[in-house]
Amino acid sequence: MSDLLTKPVDEAEVTAQREVERAPLVLKDRTMGWIANYVSSIVEDKTPLWWWAAVAVTGSLVGLLLFCITYLVSTGIGVWGNNHPVGWAWDITNFVFWIGIGHAGTLISAILFITRQKWRTSINRAAEAMTLFAVICAAIYPGLHVGRAWMAWFLAPVPNSNGIWQNFRSPLLWDVFAVSTYFTVSVLFWYTGLIPDLATLRDRAKTKARKFWYGLLALGWRGGNRQWKHYEIAYLLLAGISTPLVLSVHSVVSFDFATSILPGWHTTIFPPYFVAGAIFGGFAMVLTILLPARAIYKPLGDLITVPHVDKMCKIIVLTGSIVGYSYIMELFMAWYSANPFERAAFWYRATGPYWWAYACMILCNVIVPQFFWVKAIRTNLLLVWILVQFPNVGMWFERFVIIATSLTRDFTPSAWGMFHPTWVDVCMFAGSLGLFGFLFLIFIRFLPMICMFEVKAVLPEADPHLKKEEAP
Amino acid sequence: MNVAGNPEAPLYGLAAEFDSAAELFEAAQKIRGAGYRCFDVYSPFPIHGMDQAVGAKPSTLGKFIFVGGLAGFLTAVGLQFIPTSIIYPLIVMGKPTNFYTVPAFFPIMFELTVLFASFTAFFGLLMMNGLPRWHHPIFNWERFKRVSDDKFFAVIESRDPRFAANEAEALLTELGGTNLTLVHED
Repeated sequence: MSDLLTKPVDEAEVTAQREVERAPLVLKDRTMGWIANYVSSIVEDKTPLWWWAAVAVTGSLVGLLLFCITYLVSTGIGVWGNNHPVGWAWDITNFVFWIGIGHAGTLISAILFITRQKWRTSINRAAEAMTLFAVICAAIYPGLHVGRAWMAWFLAPVPNSNGIWQNFRSPLLWDVFAVSTYFTVSVLFWYTGLIPDLATLRDRAKTKARKFWYGLLALGWRGGNRQWKHYEIAYLLLAGISTPLVLSVHSVVSFDFATSILPGWHTTIFPPYFVAGAIFGGFAMVLTILLPARAIYKPLGDLITVPHVDKMCKIIVLTGSIVGYSYIMELFMAWYSANPFERAAFWYRATGPYWWAYACMILCNVIVPQFFWVKAIRTNLLLVWILVQFPNVGMWFERFVIIATSLTRDFTPSAWGMFHPTWVDVCMFAGSLGLFGFLFLIFIRFLPMICMFEVKAVLPEADPHLKKEEAP
Repeated sequence: MNVAGNPEAPLYGLAAEFDSAAELFEAAQKIRGAGYRCFDVYSPFPIHGMDQAVGAKPSTLGKFIFVGGLAGFLTAVGLQFIPTSIIYPLIVMGKPTNFYTVPAFFPIMFELTVLFASFTAFFGLLMMNGLPRWHHPIFNWERFKRVSDDKFFAVIESRDPRFAANEAEALLTELGGTNLTLVHED
């Protein structure tokens, strides 16, 4: 402190200025025209061969999913491996897994927007799209798990044919509201962000079909200040109301477990623990998808820069450590509660026949992300891509461990039982991965992957007070 | 001066092109300074501080969104308490069905508040902007397509009581506008 005071003022100012200066968000002094040109060209150019190949692979998986769904609905959910006591198994594991992945998109678009993190602009569009596709994949499972899918309308808040109303105090009904609200709000938020970019595609369109479709979707956007004025408020408030929404969705999902009396589920730390896990897994999936996209479309590297990846890795190490803390806290509370059932449940989790799933979860979610403390690893993109596969796998195992191990040991030993997946379980999970990839491929082919207008707005020349001589 | 649209049709306004956000910002201030009220500036992205420069009142959309959120909250209160307490009292775990169990009703109240507020934000945005619409006179001008790329435009509309094509032309030229065009309706 004393040495700060003795320093001459101007020197201190210079240091302060140097510290305030930030790395540019867009490299190589790319201009607005370049951004619009390049990002639109991904949509406008001839369809590349790899895209057809990828669509063929993911499309066949979607076919497999549709086949499994048809078989399941026409036969009954007994074709899954679910049994007594494991009534919730891979179906709910996959549901929570996909919902979790859907959290990064809205986190990036809402929370990072209201905290003014400008680096979000080049990744938010793709991450939000990912959110929507993940929620679609998630919705398949509980929709089928109701057993008779044609009676899924019983979930809606209307009396059923016997005049019976829903139990509004059930977390399962809260979940219906939370997930459907999340999906609807994410669609609105995503589409609001797309409107100005759809106008770009409309204005560049050469063919009649493109003019029609992009013209229709752009809704007649003109980009006048009268429009931007309302647009900015709408976007800001959508971000503001989505922020608690993101945090609420996985909290409500965790209530499905936490409000039960089952040892291993009945814990109060579930909501924050689930939310941290969701953000952790979501960011891992964002990197899993964006890094290959960036490798295929090389110039995107000027928009999605290495510091972007670095920042996302930091979020992964933070949330991964919160998840690790939760695992330890769960064990501590099981011990400290002195409840023999609680202790037995956790002892069984770590050492019972599912010990390998528990070990896999700890390795993937707690140990491996710790590598991201090292900057050299965070900035090595190939290594980052390999390392983020661990959270992807680990988060699936986390949900499996929570759901399956808690259920296999019922209160009375005579009711104990194991869970074994059937081919339908496996094929449906593979199919949902395929559906996710398929929808993402369709997205990058027909819609701008990068939010062009927001990236233009973070360029230095977007500042209206920039003097002519300073302009690059 | 160029002409866009159907020259026989009524005049929509005089449009000019600018190269940068800074030029447009200055032009907006000066157009307003010259006494025009019916004009708009078009840009590829929202420009910080432009509302003050053109003298626009802050958007009232936020108030509508608040009302929308409130409507969502009240809907949830009604949707949950009317069936649970009145039409079909459902006793779960011996708990009362009245307002004492309100914490169990919070999640749905929250979700519907968010849902209705978001719908209001989205549809309010469209309504306030007069969207969706297929066509607008300004789209008659081919160069205007670059507004969604990297160009900036200002349009002084003919409905402005002060509007006179030659005066507006002089002003926009002086401000550095290029490709001045009279945009007609069609």
